[in-house]
Amino acid sequence: MWNWFYKLASPPHFYRTATVLEPWLFWPALVLLAIGLYGGLVMAPADYVQGDGYRIIYVHVPSSYLSMFTYVTMAVTSAIGLIWRMKLAFCVAAACAPIGAAFTFMSLTTGAIWGQPMWGTWWVWDPRLTSQLILFFLYLGYMFLRQALAETRQADRASGVLAVVGVVNIPIIHFSVEWWNSLHQPASLSKLETPAIAGDMLWPLLVMILAYQLLMLALLMTGIRAQVLEREKNARWVGELLDTTGHEA
Amino acid sequence: MNEFFAMGGYGTYVWSAYSISFVVLAATVWFARRNLANTRERLKRQRLSKQDRTP
Amino acid sequence: MIRAFFMVMRRELTVAVRRWSDLVMPLVFFIIVCTLFPLAVGQDIEILNDIGPGAIWVAALLATLLSLNTLFRDDFEDGSLEQLVLDKEPLTFLLLAKTVAHWLVTGLPLVVLSPVLVLAFGMPVTAIPGVVLTLLAGTPALSLLGSVGAALTAGLRQASGLLALLLLPLTIPVLIFGARAADMAASGESIVGPLYMLGGISMLALTLTPFATAAAVRVSLD
Repeated sequence: MWNWFYKLASPPHFYRTATVLEPWLFWPALVLLAIGLYGGLVMAPADYVQGDGYRIIYVHVPSSYLSMFTYVTMAVTSAIGLIWRMKLAFCVAAACAPIGAAFTFMSLTTGAIWGQPMWGTWWVWDPRLTSQLILFFLYLGYMFLRQALAETRQADRASGVLAVVGVVNIPIIHFSVEWWNSLHQPASLSKLETPAIAGDMLWPLLVMILAYQLLMLALLMTGIRAQVLEREKNARWVGELLDTTGHEA
Repeated sequence: MNEFFAMGGYGTYVWSAYSISFVVLAATVWFARRNLANTRERLKRQRLSKQDRTP
Repeated sequence: MIRAFFMVMRRELTVAVRRWSDLVMPLVFFIIVCTLFPLAVGQDIEILNDIGPGAIWVAALLATLLSLNTLFRDDFEDGSLEQLVLDKEPLTFLLLAKTVAHWLVTGLPLVVLSPVLVLAFGMPVTAIPGVVLTLLAGTPALSLLGSVGAALTAGLRQASGLLALLLLPLTIPVLIFGARAADMAASGESIVGPLYMLGGISMLALTLTPFATAAAVRVSLD
C-alpha cells in the first residue's frame, strides 16, 4: 500500500513523475485561464457599486490566495525536510520561493491598482496589505539566504528554519496590525470588504483560482525538476538522462 | 468594442492590473523553464568534461 | 544545567566588558539615529512629540540589529561555538544564555538611556516610565528573534544586509506594540493592554526562538 509513496520518494521516480505531470497541469491551466478571463471580463455583469472596476478581483484574489498557499507549502515541506531529513522535501520548498514571490508581487500590485479608484489611495496600512508586504519580504529573505549559502545542504536547512519561523510569525503580524488599526481606523476601509458576490460573478472567479492553482503546480514541477537535477547531479540516472536526451529535452 | 475597453471609466486600472498579472505570470513561466534548461546544459557540460578527463 | 547557563553568561559578559567598544557602539548608534529625526523633520516641538515614541523604537530596533552581527560570528570563527555544540549540556539552553547576555549588554543599556531621549524629543517627564517599561518588555523579544537571524548568518562574511532583511519583517509585531504603547504613555493613557501584548510576545519568543536558534547554529556549523 505504501509502495507508491516509497517510489515517489526516490529521486528518479520523483523527477519522472514531475516531468509527466507538468504538461497535464500547464495546458489545462491555460484553457481554464482563457475561460476565466472570458467569463470575468465579458460575461460577468458590472458591479452596482464598483462598476467595471471590480473586475480586477479576477486577477487579484487568485494571486493573493496562491501567495499564501505557496508559503504554507514551502513552510510545511521545509518542516518535513528538517524533521525527517528528506532531500526531496527541500526540493519542493526551494522551488516554491520564486513562484510565491511572483504571486505576492502580483497580489500587491493589482491590489494597489484596485485601491486607487475604490478607496482613492494606492495603499493603506491595513492588516491584509501589511501582511502581504511582509510575506513578500519573507520570500525575498528566503531566496537571498539560499543565494548566500553556497552549499546546497546548508542552504536547505538554514532557509528551512527561516520558513518555519516565518510561518509562526505571519498570524502574529496580521493580528498586531489589526489591533494597531483598531485604534485609528481610516474610514475608507469599509469598502475593502468584498461585496457579497452573485453567481454569474462568482464562477469566473472560481475558474481563475483553479487556473492559477494549476499553473502554480505546473511551475512547481518545473522548479522541482531543476532542483532534483542539481542535487542528484552525480547520480547515475541523471548521467543517463543527460546522455539519452537531446538539447531540447 | 470601445465600450469594452473603456470598462466604464475604469479601463486604465483594469487593463493595467490584468497586463501586469500576465506579464509577471509569463515571466515566471519563462524563468522557470530557462532555469531548468540552464541546469541541464550546465550538468551536461560538466559531465562531458569529466568524461574527457577519464576515458 | 543552571551552572552551565551562568558560566556561559559570565563568559559572554567578560568578553563584552573587555571589548567595550562593541558594547558602546549600539548605544552611540541609538543616540545618533534619534538625533537624525529632529534634524530631518525640523524643530517643531509638536511634531517631535508626535514622532518621538516611534522614533525611539525604530532607533532601538536598528541599534539591536547592528549589535546582532557579532553575536555568533566571533565564536563561529574561533571555534568556541563548536565547543558549545559538543558540550554535554543542551545547546538550546547554552545559546539562550548567550542571548540573555546579549540583551544585558545591548538591550538593557538602551532601556537605561531612553529617558534622556524622551526628554530630547520634548515629551513630558511623565512619559518616561511608560517608555522605559515598553522597552523593557519589548527589547528581550528583539534579542531573542535576532539570535535566530544571527545564527542563520553566522558563517557568512558580509551578512549585515541579509541579516536586516531576514529580521526586520519578523520584528514588526514588537515594533507595532512597542511604539504604540510608548505613544500612549506619552499622551498619558493607560498602557496596560499593549504592555501585556509585548510581554506576551517576549514570553512566546523566549519559549520558541531558542530551539530555532539551536537548529540554526547546528546548520551553520555543518
